[in-house]
Amino acid sequence: MSEIALYTKDLSVYYGEKQAVKRVSMAFPSRQVIALIGPSGCGKSTFLRSLNRMNDLIAGARIEGEIWIGNDNICDPQTDVVQLRQKIGMVWQRPNPFHKSIYENIAFGPRYHGVRKRAELDEIVETTLRKTALWDEVKDRLHQSALSLSGGQQQRLCIARSLAVKPSILLMDEPASALDPISTSKIEELIAELKKEYTIIIVTHNMHQAARISDKTGFFLLGDLIEYDDTQKIFTNPSKKSTDDYISGRFG
Amino acid sequence: MKAKTVDRIATGVIVAIAVLILAVLAGLLGYLLVRGLRHISFDFLTSPPQTIKAGGGIGPQLFNSLFLLVLTMIITIPLGLGAGIYMSEYAKENRFTAFVRLIVEVLSSFPSIVIGLFGLLVIVNRFGLGFSLLSGALALTVFNLPMMVRITEQSLRSVPREQKEAGLALGISRWRTITQVMLPVALPSIVTGTILAAGRVFGEAAALLFTAGMSSPRLDFTDWNPLSPTSPLNPLRPAETLAVHIWKINSEGLAPDAPEIAAGASAVLVITVLLFNLGARWFGRLLYRKLTASK
Repeated sequence: MSEIALYTKDLSVYYGEKQAVKRVSMAFPSRQVIALIGPSGCGKSTFLRSLNRMNDLIAGARIEGEIWIGNDNICDPQTDVVQLRQKIGMVWQRPNPFHKSIYENIAFGPRYHGVRKRAELDEIVETTLRKTALWDEVKDRLHQSALSLSGGQQQRLCIARSLAVKPSILLMDEPASALDPISTSKIEELIAELKKEYTIIIVTHNMHQAARISDKTGFFLLGDLIEYDDTQKIFTNPSKKSTDDYISGRFG
Repeated sequence: MKAKTVDRIATGVIVAIAVLILAVLAGLLGYLLVRGLRHISFDFLTSPPQTIKAGGGIGPQLFNSLFLLVLTMIITIPLGLGAGIYMSEYAKENRFTAFVRLIVEVLSSFPSIVIGLFGLLVIVNRFGLGFSLLSGALALTVFNLPMMVRITEQSLRSVPREQKEAGLALGISRWRTITQVMLPVALPSIVTGTILAAGRVFGEAAALLFTAGMSSPRLDFTDWNPLSPTSPLNPLRPAETLAVHIWKINSEGLAPDAPEIAAGASAVLVITVLLFNLGARWFGRLLYRKLTASK
């Protein structure tokens, strides 16, 4: 059993009166890929977004319960959200590079966090771009706009950008659903590679993707965590009927 | 009627409206330029006006208009940006902010003559700033500010939410995310809005009659000490702007060539606004490119 990177205890998320996530307790082991699956509106994205308190931005959203990363409770009002978010990277469904150069997209975070020397920044840019297999494609145009890249490249740049501030956990909200099959497989290869260093929690609508890349899978339905187990087990021999129905395509 | 026919009619109507607007605009501009251009000369642009004799120029007025614009923008832009950022990013949605928004709307549609009177009573008399460039700039700020606030607020709101989230998710503070991630994206529309607001400064006469005044002291264009009373840079001197000058010579001008001067001054005003627009757009694009590394 590996160590636990992050766990939640009775986590509930409300949007106004509506309870979107219902008392979910889940532990995420270090350096594994955990997939969250379930039909649209089941609360998996909301759950993911509460892990770095991104839901704070939405008016009327409220969290109850606990989220622990190491010895810090993320939900504690005393927690410095800004610092917390540095430890937890995030990647969105649609690539959202900053409207800056490729170089600046990556250097922006580390520079804010105190890396001032040009040589160090150069180094960070190169290593993160190498990690995301983007270096060879963009090394000659680092100072061009990130928006000039293709969608798949932009998404890998966004992953590189989040790696640049040295997080230990990566949250991915359907990172490949807006991409073509080739870009998707590149992202999947990348996830398999990044697993060696990072804990990756990924929301996906693509059942095959979940089966291919994840070690553990959690199935959400109407805000409840129905089943959470090894991916192998979930996809071959789920213990709940609704899980079986969902993965075999009988609803959702 | 068949959908295709309706479509054709609608297209026709829209094109006709567009042509009409263009025609009005072209006619107006053409009239102003044809009447005015032949009076414009280097001498006209630089020499001071004459009260009774013919051959006066608009030098000080042109300078006053530009200087007033700069002064107003120095006051308006930081205040407008600050308030706009607050309204879009920090203010909670409640009755108070709804009320502030309402006030801003009302203020932006205020008749400018009322603002002029307000300026006269409060800024000129109560605060004792007298008829001066500064009084004029403050009065213009009162009615430019609402526009600036709304423009900033709307431009920031139209920045995709993922941009903001991306900044915050890197552990970057809210302020830095706003200023370094969101503002560059919002910049083009903020620049456009600022140009619109600035255009009103050029054209405004009513609000300036009682604040910046209807006269200009003898200016000594070799004296650049802002504290000297004859220096063009002194913000506490009275200053008649180009728009006010046009109004004045048309209504009470004694010079025999008053109509020609008014025509020339109008053409100059239109051309100045045009040049300013082009210049500001060019500058905005340059800034945007610098900030975003785009082509």
